[in-house]
Amino acid sequence: MQVTSRKFKENSHKAMQDENLRAALGRVKQGFTTARSVAASELPEFEDLRDKARDIKDEVLENLDYYLEYFDEKVTASGGHVHWCSSAKDAREAILKICRDVDAKTVTKGKSMITEEIALNKFLASEGIEPIETDLGEYIIQLADEPPSHIIGPAVHKTKEQVTELFYEHHQQYGYTEREEDPEKLVGEARAVLRHKYVTADVGITGANFLVAETGSTVIVTNEGNGDLTQSLPKTHIVVASLEKVIPTLEDVSTVMRVLARSATGQEMSVYTTFSTGPKRDDDIDGPENFHVILLDGGRSEMIGTELQELLRCIRCGACMNHCPVYHAVGGHSYGWVYPGPIGAAINPQMVGLEEARHLPNASTFCGRCEEVCPVRIPLPKILRHWREEAFEKQIAPKPERWGIELWGFFAKRPALYRLATRAAVKLLSLMAGKKGRLKSLPFGKGWTSVRDLPAPQGATFMEQWQKKQKREG
Amino acid sequence: MTGREKILGRIRAQKKRGALPADQQDLIAARIAKHEHNLIPKRGQIPLKEQMDLFQLKMEVLLATVERVKEAADIPKAVQSYLAHHNLPTRIKISPSERLTDLPWSDIPTLEIVTGVGAEEDEVGMSPAFAGIAETGTLMMASGAETPSTVNFLPENHIAVLNAKDLTGSYEQAWDALRLATKDSGIPRTVNFISGPSRTADIEQRLIMGAHGPKSLHVILVGDGT
Repeated sequence: MQVTSRKFKENSHKAMQDENLRAALGRVKQGFTTARSVAASELPEFEDLRDKARDIKDEVLENLDYYLEYFDEKVTASGGHVHWCSSAKDAREAILKICRDVDAKTVTKGKSMITEEIALNKFLASEGIEPIETDLGEYIIQLADEPPSHIIGPAVHKTKEQVTELFYEHHQQYGYTEREEDPEKLVGEARAVLRHKYVTADVGITGANFLVAETGSTVIVTNEGNGDLTQSLPKTHIVVASLEKVIPTLEDVSTVMRVLARSATGQEMSVYTTFSTGPKRDDDIDGPENFHVILLDGGRSEMIGTELQELLRCIRCGACMNHCPVYHAVGGHSYGWVYPGPIGAAINPQMVGLEEARHLPNASTFCGRCEEVCPVRIPLPKILRHWREEAFEKQIAPKPERWGIELWGFFAKRPALYRLATRAAVKLLSLMAGKKGRLKSLPFGKGWTSVRDLPAPQGATFMEQWQKKQKREG
Repeated sequence: MTGREKILGRIRAQKKRGALPADQQDLIAARIAKHEHNLIPKRGQIPLKEQMDLFQLKMEVLLATVERVKEAADIPKAVQSYLAHHNLPTRIKISPSERLTDLPWSDIPTLEIVTGVGAEEDEVGMSPAFAGIAETGTLMMASGAETPSTVNFLPENHIAVLNAKDLTGSYEQAWDALRLATKDSGIPRTVNFISGPSRTADIEQRLIMGAHGPKSLHVILVGDGT
């Protein structure tokens, strides 16, 4: 997809003026976070399971080459094919070749962030193959021609009224000529329209939440059942997955499953978890005849062995964005690429380049809630800090920002001078503030004072208070 | 260079090593082959009678319905009254499994029984579960010649038959049972864990049932495990 991360500031400014988005984000803040906390508290073993899930992923990442080869061998043994794709372009071409081989005209699609990453829909359409999203959220944003704004609720930014308009506009061709306003009926309409598409599609493309090395199985998790119809009805099933999705055994998947849905939607278990292994067997009476796995690297192998490796533990539950005050304020589209929220701020600089995404690591208050709720305990704030350091060192941040940091660094390295300067600053600021104790404007501080006053510091500096306390306590 | 060589080469370069030495490969292969249970929540590790209650409770929370019958012969009657009660058609698509085809359907002549794969026009589908998992109220369905997976998804309404003796406490125990049952043929093409009927919250986070899969799920729990 088109990267607009460079415009993070403009994007977020616009987002914060959008009334519909404000309402939608309010629902994210309430709904998902409460549900997660209830689900976590109802399972006494939840914290230990998070540790175990982290350990399983770490072990895989240490030996990723071996696990991938093992997985490949098992897929092949079950009659499927693995396509190792180094780049997004390789993946698109591999998918196109499979579609061409079966002369595909239409492709149904289950929800897959990797196909967003490789911008598959636009590509297939340009090659004369019609991609049809089947997850309701993905379907809505496909009609709206927008990217997803949340990794598990792609249309979370859309209101019911907007869905009404979209369906009214696009469903007339199927005989739905009234504006439908009841959400239940809207879902029914999408169900009816898509039902026939499942049956007539030539190829079904799904993502994968996990790849199981032991059995060569791919696993999808859905609530709607769209993924299952997508993969069991067409003659060809293509699974598009990135390489860090591999998990050693079915037992290990069971462990990670226990933290996935609870962290994502607060469900104990998603409605449908499906394990697919190879094409239909000789005596099977349904199922796809061809089974392909597109294994995408897309910049991930370069993260192995670096401070970014821990990001590859991510199981894409969305908990970090559900709990992020910055995401709550600016929404998913502001981040300007496939992955929004803290995980996006941490991973997009690697995927699209730090120059393009340099604002994203700054879009954090470092409150640490993302790390607190991450089911596989990814130290997101630490990784955001890493990117900030790199932006400084590689001189990607603009000069005034770097000068500011250098100036602060100069003082911070000289404690006596630092204390002297802060004491002076405190005095100066309270003098400037006068009786009111508030500053209406501040040189270099317009970003703050243009919308609110700055309260002047009161009393002594932190160090002064600290020393006083130490003396008092002897 | 192939994609495979590129990717493996990069991973190994990042790890500053070549392919894993043979002894380490053997260790990991043995670890996979052992497929050990990890931490299993205590919640499901209870006697079968209590597991049946837990399974039913969890399923009902997920907005599925559960009905208990004494023995398999009671199923057709139970199906008939369920369909009548919910004003559903009497034509049922059933999996071509002896567990269903051998039931005394002739006792209930008003029911039209059709065997085969799931189809677009099916209003009611019925299939046998391989196992049940009490921990979260989950069915394990295994595909095969007699158990096409489309029957679980295409019909508007899904009835699943679960024998109480096939109820387990955890996913891991269900995998153990499946491994044992398929040790010659290997894992089936499709294994579905199903926890309740289809739903979506993609419009303003409102829960709406019947997104793409069945709008209702009715589980008939057979026997008491003895």
